[in-house]
Amino acid sequence: MRYLPKSNAERREMLDSLGLATLEDLFAHLPDEVRLKRPLDLAPGISEYEIIDYFRARAAENDGGFASFLGAGAYYHYRPVIIDAIVQRGEFLTAYTPYQPEISQGTLTAIFEFQTMLCQLTGMDVCNASMYDGSTALPEAVMMACRVTGRTRAVVARSVHPEYREVHRTYARYQGLPVVEAPWNRETGLVDLPALEALVDDQTAAVVVQSPNFFGCVEPVREAARIAHARGALLVVMFTEAVSLGLLEPPADADIVAGELQSFAISPSYGGPYVGVMAAKEKYIRQMPGRLVGQTTDAGGQRAYCLTLATREQHIRRERATSNICTNQALIALMATVFMSVYGKQGLRELAEQNLAKAHYLAAQLEKLVEKRGARLRFSGPFFNEFVVDCGGRDPAEINRRLLGDKIIGGLELGRFEPDLSGCLLLCATETARRETMDRLVNRF
Amino acid sequence: MIRKVRSHINQDEPLLVERSSPGKKGYQLPPLDVPAVDPRAALGPDNVRDEIAGFPEVSEVEVIRHYTRLSTWNYAIDLGVYPLGSCTMKYNPRVNEFVARLDGLALAHPYQPEAVAQGAMRIQVELERALAEITGMPAVTLQPAAGAHGELTGILLIRALLESRGNPRRKVLIPDSAHGTNPATAAIAGYQVESIPSNAEGMIDLGELDRRVDDSVAALMVTNPNTLGVFERDITLAARLLHERGAMLYMDGANMNALVGIARPGDFGVDVMHLNLHKTFSTPHGGGGPGGGPVAVTREFEPFLPLPRIAGDGLLRYDYDRPQSIGRVRAFYGNFGVLVRALAYILAHGGDGLRNATLDAVLNANYVRRGLEGCYEVPYAAPSLHECVLSDKRQAALGVRTGDIAKRLIDYGFHPYTVSFPLIVHGALMIEPTETEDKRELDLFIDALRSIAEEVRDNPETVRTAPHNTRVRRVDEVAAARKPVVRWKPAAS
Amino acid sequence: MYPEDLLYTKEHEWIRVEGGMGTIGITFHAQKELGDIVYVELPKVGAAVAAGKTLGSVESVKAVSDIYAPVSGEVTAVNDALASAPEKLNEDPHGAAWLVQVRLTDPGELQGLLNAAAYQSYVSEETGH
Repeated sequence: MRYLPKSNAERREMLDSLGLATLEDLFAHLPDEVRLKRPLDLAPGISEYEIIDYFRARAAENDGGFASFLGAGAYYHYRPVIIDAIVQRGEFLTAYTPYQPEISQGTLTAIFEFQTMLCQLTGMDVCNASMYDGSTALPEAVMMACRVTGRTRAVVARSVHPEYREVHRTYARYQGLPVVEAPWNRETGLVDLPALEALVDDQTAAVVVQSPNFFGCVEPVREAARIAHARGALLVVMFTEAVSLGLLEPPADADIVAGELQSFAISPSYGGPYVGVMAAKEKYIRQMPGRLVGQTTDAGGQRAYCLTLATREQHIRRERATSNICTNQALIALMATVFMSVYGKQGLRELAEQNLAKAHYLAAQLEKLVEKRGARLRFSGPFFNEFVVDCGGRDPAEINRRLLGDKIIGGLELGRFEPDLSGCLLLCATETARRETMDRLVNRF
Repeated sequence: MIRKVRSHINQDEPLLVERSSPGKKGYQLPPLDVPAVDPRAALGPDNVRDEIAGFPEVSEVEVIRHYTRLSTWNYAIDLGVYPLGSCTMKYNPRVNEFVARLDGLALAHPYQPEAVAQGAMRIQVELERALAEITGMPAVTLQPAAGAHGELTGILLIRALLESRGNPRRKVLIPDSAHGTNPATAAIAGYQVESIPSNAEGMIDLGELDRRVDDSVAALMVTNPNTLGVFERDITLAARLLHERGAMLYMDGANMNALVGIARPGDFGVDVMHLNLHKTFSTPHGGGGPGGGPVAVTREFEPFLPLPRIAGDGLLRYDYDRPQSIGRVRAFYGNFGVLVRALAYILAHGGDGLRNATLDAVLNANYVRRGLEGCYEVPYAAPSLHECVLSDKRQAALGVRTGDIAKRLIDYGFHPYTVSFPLIVHGALMIEPTETEDKRELDLFIDALRSIAEEVRDNPETVRTAPHNTRVRRVDEVAAARKPVVRWKPAAS
Repeated sequence: MYPEDLLYTKEHEWIRVEGGMGTIGITFHAQKELGDIVYVELPKVGAAVAAGKTLGSVESVKAVSDIYAPVSGEVTAVNDALASAPEKLNEDPHGAAWLVQVRLTDPGELQGLLNAAAYQSYVSEETGH
């Protein structure tokens, strides 16, 4: 087998040095009743070409060549080719967690830069080295808020991504952390502030909003902060579309900012691996979950980096750790770091502005259909690169079927998550959406 | 004598932001083919940010130089053996990287209509089947993003099943040799953690188990082989005892590299277990992740698995109608790109290949143990499987600890082994070479540790103050913890 | 090594009692076992502490150790200097690096503590020197 770098002669030598006759003898001490007494029922190993053929066939079954207007937590963006040129280097790809800093300064420096750039983008003071994804960052942020405040309740806006809220419920259930959800305003698509205020009490550890929210709308974060802080709760602001950070005012009033950086890192890849962000105000640093890279010096006085504040983590504090997280998403975070380096200060702004322009163009074109086809924008709240369209009584599934025939994947049928919005589609247009494709979508809508 | 490495000039490199200069550009976007939109008008003037203060502005050339230089400061599997115990740092096959990047897979959106996602769904079904066969457990979920995430899922499954039987119980028993994620996970699942001491051989103490398992105990979490690299001989007896008293056996699958094709956890009484795709199944660590932590379960747990499940024969579909499910443990379906790599690894090996990999992994670990037994204390006599654990006892008597030896190993051109874990061994050296090491590399590794043992006798100060030959000397982790600086800031003006 | 005017616990805390007030810290042995101390977590003024229960923790780079209250009482003062200079615990554990001051609620608890000589021999037994 091409990945096993020993010859039979070498195996023989090694067995001789151990005083064993065969490789099977290495397992002679295992109790007989645990031994598997037949070969594994798996097809024989195949060549590289056959492996590629297999996956090419799977890729073809996914079909290709579609233009897609799906967003809803996973976004299509141009991905600079240089990202893979860098992360495919064996020194990054095949390195381990940088527990031995003297021979991991490459990884550590890159993570330090990641942490820095995320602080600059989110307006927070500290950011960890990544979480699994945005959806698990939500319960981790709430758990952090519980540790900080000593309270247990969370109030989560229903305009936060529904699958994120589901994940949170799973985590919260067995820790005795009550969760209540605040409704969204049927007009604006934003969190209903008076309803939110009524739900926050002095047992609330965290108030959670997402901006732009699941419907693409920019939430009134400052008001949410005021509501949370008035009762001594922390404000957690989530995001799923990282590109928005290039244009939207960072939520400086937030205590914790958490979210999904997939837009900067990796193609939608059928849902993963993505990269979660957890950032917070300085005073909460010791309650942060996950790894942190810190700056220090070496024995010669040179600047160097290392993992730090490890006493928060599972391998030291065990059942009292801030989280059980160990492996994170370091390589994907590196992809995002390269992305942010390529675009830089001006580029992230321009990228976000292009997204804004494309989505607003598509929305405006669809609005023109209101007379002919009854379609209209469902919400009045300001939106970034996603928006909700009311299909005017027609079946969104039918519209999507027609579009699919034209090699267009339309928006997300919202009825899947929100019965009240079952006549609506959530459409996303990024910098990758071509005008002629958007025109075609509008024509066939 | 240092044989494997020589000095070489190696580039310095500042932080990218320290190379930055206003107006430098590393990108170009195509011109807008739609009208530009005024952000303040569209979003509201209070919602639009000022510039991103402190963000770098550099050219594409500087980006490539910056990260290439950084990469040369790392050790990696591609450079040599990475003998970290229980990490299974095996070769990361490059065909896996290629297939994960195929457009039809990389560009698939998780909410793509099922009719045009059949390939992605089929990959998941194939991987579930293969992992079920390997573990001997009929049902598998691929949702968890990493081992610890899988552990949490597994313990929640146990909780859900026990709850459905009337009593979720209060405690989880965890051996004192366990990895830290085990107790951390149990706490998140709402269980109290009770540490159970290992016996004199470093294994599960059946007497202790008998004393402690009552109807307040939900489960015992074990790693098998355990963190000493030793097979838990009494595992079937332990499983029987637990089951008789209504408790469950959870297995941390971190050490599956010793068992694939040899023994199946489903066959020796395990109820729920997780696997680490980034260990046993070769997906790359990438400096700390991503990983994949699938969970395999016995039939009775199947209704509780995270949703959705994939159903159907010809045409695959997602089944969300699962009233007993514990819910989701993450959005979408799993670390799909990691799943692709793991399946590619399994396809490349096939059943026999996977078994042969296990044989070589155990051979390598035993060969290293034999080579080092003369100079390092072996704390437990039991035979090693895929990893061996030694102790620094002899060296500690001369004032040198496992951490120092590890640092000196760096000068010899190797990444250190796992230091000071498991906690039940004084000054542990935990070594797992994996099957993808050739004899030459192993001989150099053994040689290096023997040489260091001599240095401990003849010149201990050299070992205590190592590493000497790296571009960065021993890093001051105390200062990093006392005054944490976790981001760059512009110099105060 | 161990000041005579202090009383000690088997968990390596010390207490200096004057009137109804006690000053609490960790011993030389404790800080030596931990190595370089990087952080100390202490209760707030006004908090209640109970004999034998944790009142805080002390951290090195690779370990966390709980601090147990030798006696029950109410915290009247906390040593703020340790927040910015935790290394003081390594330098002067029995003096300047005191942790908290408490008003004792049950002076009877002092009976169960060790004097300097008893603590010294306890430590010698534990460490073998």
